[in-house]
Amino acid sequence: MNRPDWEIVTGWIRENARVLDLGCGDGALLRHLIAKRGVRGVGMEVDDERVARGVAADLNIVQADLDDGIRTWFGANSFDYVVVSQTIQAIRHPERLLGEMLDVASEGIVTFPNMGYWRNRWQLGVQGMMPTTKALPNPWYNTPNIHLCTLRDFESLCEGLGIEILDRAVVDQNRQSSPLLRAMPNWFGEHAIYRIRKRVP
Amino acid sequence: MSESAQANNPTHQPGSVGLVEPQTARIDTPLLLDCGRRIEHYELVYETYGELNERADNAVLICHALSGDHHAAGRHRPEDRKPGWWDTAIGPGKPIDTDRFFVVCVNNLGGCKGSTGPLSENPETGRPYGPDFPVLTVRDWVNSQHALMRQLGISRWAAVTGGSLGGMQVMQWAISYPEAVAHAVVIAAAPKLSAQNIAFNEVARQAIITDPDFHDGRYAEQGVIPRRGLMLARMLGHITYLSDDAMRAKFGRELRSGKVQYGFDVEFQVESYLRYQGTSFVDRFDANTYLLMTKALDYFDPAAEADDDLATALAPATARFLVVSFTSDWRFSPARSREIVRALLATGKSVSYAEVEAHQGHDAFLMPIPYYHKVLRGYFDNIARDLTEETGAKEADA
Repeated sequence: MNRPDWEIVTGWIRENARVLDLGCGDGALLRHLIAKRGVRGVGMEVDDERVARGVAADLNIVQADLDDGIRTWFGANSFDYVVVSQTIQAIRHPERLLGEMLDVASEGIVTFPNMGYWRNRWQLGVQGMMPTTKALPNPWYNTPNIHLCTLRDFESLCEGLGIEILDRAVVDQNRQSSPLLRAMPNWFGEHAIYRIRKRVP
Repeated sequence: MSESAQANNPTHQPGSVGLVEPQTARIDTPLLLDCGRRIEHYELVYETYGELNERADNAVLICHALSGDHHAAGRHRPEDRKPGWWDTAIGPGKPIDTDRFFVVCVNNLGGCKGSTGPLSENPETGRPYGPDFPVLTVRDWVNSQHALMRQLGISRWAAVTGGSLGGMQVMQWAISYPEAVAHAVVIAAAPKLSAQNIAFNEVARQAIITDPDFHDGRYAEQGVIPRRGLMLARMLGHITYLSDDAMRAKFGRELRSGKVQYGFDVEFQVESYLRYQGTSFVDRFDANTYLLMTKALDYFDPAAEADDDLATALAPATARFLVVSFTSDWRFSPARSREIVRALLATGKSVSYAEVEAHQGHDAFLMPIPYYHKVLRGYFDNIARDLTEETGAKEADA
């Protein structure tokens, strides 16, 4: 089953582009991009089980921990796009990774669960508990997500890092966009999808 | 092997290739070696498992490591205690599945298991070559294996695979004969030895060369073998193939007799193990071959001819690559495999890399570690599927 962010990510990627997928899991998105866009892709993943599945799916998968950085693996501008789908919130130094991403690729596509989504605010603000939703299914004590953020948080980090936002899409779990969502994305967007690049000075 | 022989074979069990018999290929095309010398004729001993298909495109070459040989899987005799050195990975239903692939493993030139080497007769003198056997490189081996490949009627390997020194041969194959390698599987290898690696090899060689029974390599003519030197070389090698953890797990500081003896006899189990490994090696391996093989390891450095740029050296390769390393391997550490992967990525090659958590050290590449075998199996399944699809497409065309 496609994840809510895939369709938009796919729409932003040119035919036959070179794509690096960080935290690629078993490579499902890469396979989707190869099928829909004919991309040449490399995936990076740390988990054994997922790497094995990616290799078995005939994909190019490099086993490595993103927390160790990616700059040692790839030369500058090795890719047209670097995709970080539902992974940035699990990275120890997201700000460092964002910088490195835009060294190795001309554009970055980042998707993450929006902590500012109203259900999350409700659970934390009114119920006084760490949110658990479809997008954030793990309990606080057992979650890979260590750096959750809202749309505004992410945008302000990009601003600080000299990163330009080329596109932004917000969707709910059903991949729907609605007038309400467009009017108040940080309240009603469950997933955020950004297309970014280094700001040209 | 015929089916009836397989059925009658008491050691035949699921997953085993059963009883196997080495074969010998005589090659009459002269081989010009990197050292400048020529070998006019030579023999290579090899084993095969599985069947070559009609299109002759399902052949997999297995390259052996330092002290390995052509006996990679199955048993020579039903009573053999141990199967071939990579029996964990090769056989029906195993990661390198002999129901789908025709697997070939060759004893390298210069070896002591039947291929032309220091024990063979030197046609110029009528005596064994001994120390006069030419010094070989990984490229020489690949060239000789290429000659065998043609003799077997194979124009392209579905995969060339090997660990350690075998992995270096795989890299050289991909560089020297890009059109002949569809997939290159490089396991627990390095793009070249480190100074520390060369140092270990040199200590091993000195142990052999300084043995009083070495006689400048002409020990065979004296009716002796440099037992002590060869044994020391092997003991040293073994220490570097295992990890600290693996040794601790296997032996700890366990004493043979339960209490310390305050002497220099074997007291600790690990001493006993090393002496056993060393002694048994002397009975099955030739000292001159050991010198040759370690030298070939030392010399391997494909980047040297490409301004020390490994990516440039690997640029001619068209194969798809799988690179595998093991976390506790300190002889050929994951960092060395990552160098290979980075070089391949830099020139846009197709490559997958798995870093296997393992405590066994360098020897891990011979073990049936579940994750390792899962990756290997997945990779070879893809190769097999591509072959089937190509065959299917051909049949559809016809």
